[in-house]
Amino acid sequence: MNRFDYVRPGTVAEAVQALGADPAARFIAGGTNLIDLMKYDVEKPGKLIDITRLPLGEIEERDGGLRIGALVTNAALAYDARIKERYPLLSSAILAGASAQLRNAASTGGNLLQRTRCYYFYDTATPCNKREPGTGCSAIGGVNRIHAILGASDQCIATHPSDMCVALAALEATVQVSGPQGDRAIPFAEFHRLPGDEPSRDTNLAPGEIIVAIDLPAQTFTTHYTYLKLRDRLSYAFALVSVAAALELDGQTIRTARLALGGVAHKPWRNGEAEALLQGQTATRKTFEAAADLILREAKPQSTNGFKIELARRAIVRGLEQAAAGTPQSQSDKRIQ
Amino acid sequence: MLIDSGSPGAVGTIGITLTINGERRELQVAPWTTLLDLLRERLDLTGTKKGCDHGQCGACTVLVNGTRINSCLTLAVMKDGAEITTVEGLAGLSQREGKNSLHPIQEAFVEHDAFQCGYCTPGQLCSSVGLMNEGHAKTRDEIREAMSGNICRCGAYTNIVDAIEEVMHQGDAR
Amino acid sequence: MTVQISTAAGRDRFVGSAISRVDGPAKVTGLAKYAGEFAAPDLAYGVVVSSAIAKGRIKGIDAAAAEAVPGVIKVITHENRPATSDKPEDYQDAVAPPGAPFQALASDRIVFSGQPVALVVAEDFETARYAASLVRVDYEVTAPQTDIAARTDDSYDPPMKREGIKPPPEPWGDASKAFDAAEIRVSAQYRMADEHHNPMEPHASTVVVEKDGTYTVYDKIQGVTNTHQYIGGAFGLKPEQVRVLNPYLGGGFGSGLRPQYQLFLAMLAARDLGRSVRVTLTRDQMWSFTYRSEAIQTIALGAEPNGKLTALKHDAVQGTSTYEDYQEVVVNWSGVLYECDNVALSYSLTKIDTPTPGDMRAPGAVTGVYAIETAMDELAYATGQDPIALRLKNYTDHDQTEDKPFGSKALKDCFRQGAERFGWSRRDPQPRSMREGRELVGWGMATGIWESMMMQSSAQAVLTADGRLEIGNQTGDLGTGTYTILTQIAADTLGLPLDHVTTKLGDTNLAQAPVAGGSWTAASSGTAVMKACRDIAEQAFRLARGLENSPLANVDFERVVFSNGRIEVTGDPSKSIALTDVLKASRTEKLEATGEAAPDKDFGEQYNAYTHSAIFAEVKIDEELGVVRCTRVVSAIAAGKIINLKTARSQILGGIVMGIGSALHEESMLDHRIGRFMNHNLGEYHVPVNADIHDIDVIFVDEEDKANPLGVKGLGEIGIVGVAAAISNAVFHATGKRIRHLPITIDKIVAEG
Repeated sequence: MNRFDYVRPGTVAEAVQALGADPAARFIAGGTNLIDLMKYDVEKPGKLIDITRLPLGEIEERDGGLRIGALVTNAALAYDARIKERYPLLSSAILAGASAQLRNAASTGGNLLQRTRCYYFYDTATPCNKREPGTGCSAIGGVNRIHAILGASDQCIATHPSDMCVALAALEATVQVSGPQGDRAIPFAEFHRLPGDEPSRDTNLAPGEIIVAIDLPAQTFTTHYTYLKLRDRLSYAFALVSVAAALELDGQTIRTARLALGGVAHKPWRNGEAEALLQGQTATRKTFEAAADLILREAKPQSTNGFKIELARRAIVRGLEQAAAGTPQSQSDKRIQ
Repeated sequence: MLIDSGSPGAVGTIGITLTINGERRELQVAPWTTLLDLLRERLDLTGTKKGCDHGQCGACTVLVNGTRINSCLTLAVMKDGAEITTVEGLAGLSQREGKNSLHPIQEAFVEHDAFQCGYCTPGQLCSSVGLMNEGHAKTRDEIREAMSGNICRCGAYTNIVDAIEEVMHQGDAR
Repeated sequence: MTVQISTAAGRDRFVGSAISRVDGPAKVTGLAKYAGEFAAPDLAYGVVVSSAIAKGRIKGIDAAAAEAVPGVIKVITHENRPATSDKPEDYQDAVAPPGAPFQALASDRIVFSGQPVALVVAEDFETARYAASLVRVDYEVTAPQTDIAARTDDSYDPPMKREGIKPPPEPWGDASKAFDAAEIRVSAQYRMADEHHNPMEPHASTVVVEKDGTYTVYDKIQGVTNTHQYIGGAFGLKPEQVRVLNPYLGGGFGSGLRPQYQLFLAMLAARDLGRSVRVTLTRDQMWSFTYRSEAIQTIALGAEPNGKLTALKHDAVQGTSTYEDYQEVVVNWSGVLYECDNVALSYSLTKIDTPTPGDMRAPGAVTGVYAIETAMDELAYATGQDPIALRLKNYTDHDQTEDKPFGSKALKDCFRQGAERFGWSRRDPQPRSMREGRELVGWGMATGIWESMMMQSSAQAVLTADGRLEIGNQTGDLGTGTYTILTQIAADTLGLPLDHVTTKLGDTNLAQAPVAGGSWTAASSGTAVMKACRDIAEQAFRLARGLENSPLANVDFERVVFSNGRIEVTGDPSKSIALTDVLKASRTEKLEATGEAAPDKDFGEQYNAYTHSAIFAEVKIDEELGVVRCTRVVSAIAAGKIINLKTARSQILGGIVMGIGSALHEESMLDHRIGRFMNHNLGEYHVPVNADIHDIDVIFVDEEDKANPLGVKGLGEIGIVGVAAAISNAVFHATGKRIRHLPITIDKIVAEG
């Protein structure tokens, strides 16, 4: 871990100013990923700006939806009565991730900014374009069973590791940020990036910006939803594939469909075409399979992760089945519904 | 700024106050000192263990203001003003409730042989207390899931769940 | 001599019961201290810089930036390393395999990824860690070879055999011919993954330089004697110049059998700087030494239609390092387990550019028994036999590999009791026949086996006038319960309350004892403690009988019993005397004794000794999504006398959990292009977590064994052996798909359809 300065601002303006004044500075909140990366010398900030004392820790009503302060912990969010009642998909996704201890520390804003779990990104002994642009991607042709099958580039095949973000993508949340140029709102789908030829950039946050809140829209999916996560052990492991599915049904007819995948791409993966395809259709396995095929039409395997394409196809179908049946996946009973 | 460690690059230390196991301490810490390293290397509270140093095993679990967290991923300076309970303070927790021996979860761990080598045990114990404070896990499935952030390589899991269940039911009886 | 001495001079009160761990209070209060936790004045901290490459040499190493950090004391590299012994044999520890042991910082040569290339010593941990990140190493890279599948053609029969490891027996009959002629033939290749021990406590050593220039060393080791001998050899120190302690181990599973490089480096720095040094490895560095090396195994079984084996071939090729020939017993188990007239077993090594593999819980048996017990399940299906019936059909009461009977073998009871507890009779053998909701249910079983061993061991005992007893020896308690069982044995032998007995372990100032491994500690240290205490009992008896008006006058030792702190005449409690009174009246401050235990040669010549188990596993599988849940395991164990039902059960539970890991989760993944294990952390190397473990039921069947006076056979390994096979057999029963490559992860289930 490198050496760094430490400041603790009391206001958002102070925080933004501190970040703007020092390009080597980083915000720190829960620290559950940043300190982890600093110990591996993957992140070497010159200054840490401790934002934990900023007044961003509330969940508030707003325009029929909820505004979640960036510093609300993952645990507080998952167990909040309003979230459990109105956005159970979000609660479920959060509880599918990490451990109780990590969820108690990790912040909402930080969850959006957590970095990939690619082995090579974490290991400074190996080249990695995300860590050190231009050095190459070791995961291509290497150990890559956990890597991307959608939206990867020849520069980077890493995946985004968050569970929470997959639900937020499906719910069409909005990220509220504040920066030197003022405040702006970023639709969730535009927040994370694909690697392209600039894999070192995970998000579209502009330099100097801070996440202040996440807005959840008024539309909730309280009955027909699920978060289905498939991984290498039954808890405390990152997703090989996960599916956030949310439906509004009119009898057996799908009125609205939202579907986001985790563990398969550099960002939570949504496919508007597939969601449109589901709309107006009867909620049957055949319909779901058609949507899955559409989503995975563009999927590309790496040397050892080809199984993820078939796994994703099956997970999408099952996720939609669970959602349609109103039997969301339990995150404690590991039997898959 | 509420706090500024000073000029860039200086090995500045920052004054913080922590209440550790009921004892208030004024400490000067470097910004890069984790709560775990502070406890183990500076304060000789080696009960809290370093198993992975990356939040992947749970051996370093302590209670901060009653909430369980991984102390390895926590900078000490960020917890300025907090109340910390480590395994060394668990007995004290129950003493404050008027008992004068081990915390019930410590006794239950011994009785159910919920450990072997003992290295993950402090984290398991603090995590168990945190779990009970949270109040979300009730069934065995829920306890298993909620304790999955604490790895036990000796494989005492079933005994750990037995111990927690027993103490939770004692709580119900009260 | 196979006459069984009574377990104790006293009555068995604690032995055989379920006493809570005597070290429990220390462990639940955080007071138990581990090797990296002992304080010393002026302690310096060493952090290891690890090689980024697997093979090649260091062209240059630039430590200037690290040395410039205030608080850095020294950066030690191969260029400035202080001299240590130049004889390779001085680095050979007590359990080293043949070869030249790795020496840290010995030269510019790199022979495995993660090899230590520098030690940064600083005033505090954070400074050392920061400075370590500033050391720049320039490498000349040679392409490594780490894929054993690509190296099987270069495999060889190790020229030097490892001490204590039986090579495969000479073949008997003609296995190939019999196989070709067999009506039923089963033949397949079995693979597993490289696994790492990952005890929760990372390896650490604290070397304290005492004022008189001697060293007190706290080392994570499964037996302080091994560290002591190693330091003496490598650093040319006399035994009295070094004291090694390790009262508690945060798990070992074999990783702590050999002194590891953090010890060497801590010692090197401490001697060089003349000040105390601690070196603790990071979790990632736990992938830079010792692991369970995968073996590529082929098994060919020929049988009659009724299941009787007519041919058995078991071949294994296992990886080892370029510098040592690590060996373990992989294939012999097949010959020991089943009666067959035509058997051929072979074991060879192939060299790869990794650290030397090492013993990991039931070394060799986990590997070999997985293969044979899966093959037997395949044969059960090929012959239409029930898996238990098939095993009974080929049951043997004598070890064919050495033509000796077993000292005891209650495996049939294991089958019977395990099957009953599990409900095996309700199993429909047809694959895919059992379902629960969406999930397929599978029931599988397997046999487990481990050699029961005993090692030369001693123990000391001191009874003081206050009636308190202190016993101990050098061996280590890895979490196995050794403190507790030795306390029980001592308390029973002298008829003392448990809290009057203190057991001390892991200190070279105590009586000689070997490393704790191989499941031999209960038999070896237990017998030595019993003998030391029995010696004290005899001394006390003699003193008592010699007292004026002694209630024991004219009574023989055989006629007294030690109970409740008293010596009393059997059957006549009115005639008794308290031990404290004996010592007081005879003006004796203390009684001391040392007990020696060694394998019973006569017994060993007549019998072979093994522990056995029958494991039954239930899996529930969502076939479409590839998710396997191991919902139930029953393990019935035949391991002689059980000294402590509580800690013994825990030993088996732990073995089963690690076996579940082996079957379903654990896999160290090598990038063969760079010869590096890539998932070198606990987030990506998946050991089972609490949610993975459901109901586990442990049965100890009665078994009387006479290899040692206690009748114990050891428990550390047997719990894990066969678990992976039982689970993989259950997966077959559930799905009808035979997956012959562990771990059985989602991708493998999905790939099968």
